[in-house]
Amino acid sequence: MNELQDLYREVILDHNRRPRNFGELKDADRIVEGVNPLCGDRMTLYVKLNGDTVQDIRFKGTGCAISVASSSLMTERVKGASLQDTLALFEKVHDMLTAEEFDESANIEELDKLAALSGVRAYPTRVKCATLAWHALKNALTGTHDEISTE
Amino acid sequence: MSALELQPKAARPELVTDIRSLRADFPALHQEVHGKPLVYLDSAASSQRPQAVIDAMVHHEQHDHANVHRGVHQLSHRSTAAYEGARGKISAYINAADSAEIIFTRGVTESINLVAASLGQMCLGPGDEVLVTRMEHHSNIVPWQLICQRTGARVIPAPITETGELDRDGFTACLNNHTKIVALGHISNALGTINPLQDLIAEAHETGALVSIDGAQAGPHLRIDVQALDCDFYSLSGHKMYGPTGIGILYGKHALLEAMPPYQGGGEMILTVSFEETTYNALPHKFEAGTPNITGAIGLGAAIDYLNAIDFDALAAHEQDLLEYATSELLQLPGARVIGTADHKASVLSFLLGKIHAHDLGTVVDREGVAIRTGHHCAMPVMDFFGVSATARASFALYNNRDDVDRLMHGLRQALEMFS
Repeated sequence: MNELQDLYREVILDHNRRPRNFGELKDADRIVEGVNPLCGDRMTLYVKLNGDTVQDIRFKGTGCAISVASSSLMTERVKGASLQDTLALFEKVHDMLTAEEFDESANIEELDKLAALSGVRAYPTRVKCATLAWHALKNALTGTHDEISTE
Repeated sequence: MSALELQPKAARPELVTDIRSLRADFPALHQEVHGKPLVYLDSAASSQRPQAVIDAMVHHEQHDHANVHRGVHQLSHRSTAAYEGARGKISAYINAADSAEIIFTRGVTESINLVAASLGQMCLGPGDEVLVTRMEHHSNIVPWQLICQRTGARVIPAPITETGELDRDGFTACLNNHTKIVALGHISNALGTINPLQDLIAEAHETGALVSIDGAQAGPHLRIDVQALDCDFYSLSGHKMYGPTGIGILYGKHALLEAMPPYQGGGEMILTVSFEETTYNALPHKFEAGTPNITGAIGLGAAIDYLNAIDFDALAAHEQDLLEYATSELLQLPGARVIGTADHKASVLSFLLGKIHAHDLGTVVDREGVAIRTGHHCAMPVMDFFGVSATARASFALYNNRDDVDRLMHGLRQALEMFS
């Protein structure tokens, strides 16, 4: 049970139970669909920009605890952030989840609450659950596709 | 009483009726996962193999391997005899009229693609229809969509009911004189439903349609008799029925296979080749281009031998007991919902547990050493019908027992505690 609690930390369980920024964003100017073909889960990410800033961001869809918590934590964190900072954060989180070597303690301040997702590293079959929202976000800010997939 | 009658009956080996004794034959089951003894409940995705299958494949690799139907040398002879011997075993096992009706493929997916491409090219045109059901695996939908796009025909899905059974009247209503092919799963992988094939095939034939059966999930549970069913095509995958991956078969009625154009070109499938004209080899070789999966076929033959030694009435009783026990235990958990409640079901239990996502259930029980499948089971139309994106699925094979069910329930109670 202890190892499992490293994956399903209290922060994750809390954000799964009560996801923040959940639901549609009526005046969004970027809408991206994220699909995880492994499980058929879908999420939609809504982003409203104001110049160089993520003014508002919301998401909806169905997903596992990891995917919902990751989406929730992400929206909470990047709301109000600059595009540049958000994209830098994407790289940091992506490294935390997928890089062969990642120094969590050196990045702990910057990651803050997002460090709760680091337990996913030990569960390779679940990494895509955690990265789905982040890929959708990157695509919303830089991409041209309106649907992205974890594959 | 004459002396003759006192003689012992002809040497027919006794069938195994003690199904519980078979677990010892499967080496992969005897290991620990995350420090707990493995409980393998994902056989509907891929079953484990008995030692006899592994031994047959290793023996071939170590002693007999050479290309088949090619050389005059001793190893080529042995290899060909073993490969064709496997074909003969499968042919007898499913009661085909003749072993030339058994085409080796990579598995059910390739078998259905072969039928769809070859038969479809021959008999589908604009306005024609291919009737499938809403409970099919993607492998029995997408190949038909592909050939329909090429020929101008349409794929029509027959409706299913809330219990996950085929809507019998709906099926009849979908049949008409445009229906050229009916493609049905014998057992639904996502729901466990066993379809009343005999009846459906007869009705399809009355309207003049040909019938192709996806038998992937039936192979490990049912004795199949293709002549009694009177199906035109029947597909099986080795790895769902205690054999290896990468091998399966397509059964087809001789006259149909004879009339159908080749699916792939290459070695083995030809008689003569020139740039003016190429003539094709006889069945079954016409549909087996290139060097086949020889070791896989031999492994599948060994799996057939293994199944042939088992009393299928005892097997069915064993698996039904596990299904009923697991279903009743599951339904005692708060928020449990079974997806697929047909009267006639194979030992496949697809379920939801409250609001806990199937992936989370799968991860929690995995830490308890219990392997289940989670996701859409390659049957997205089924998931859409029941309004879910994923389910958890425990599937029971001959080597499972009631302790395995108890271990699953223990894992599910852990998940309930964690996500309450």
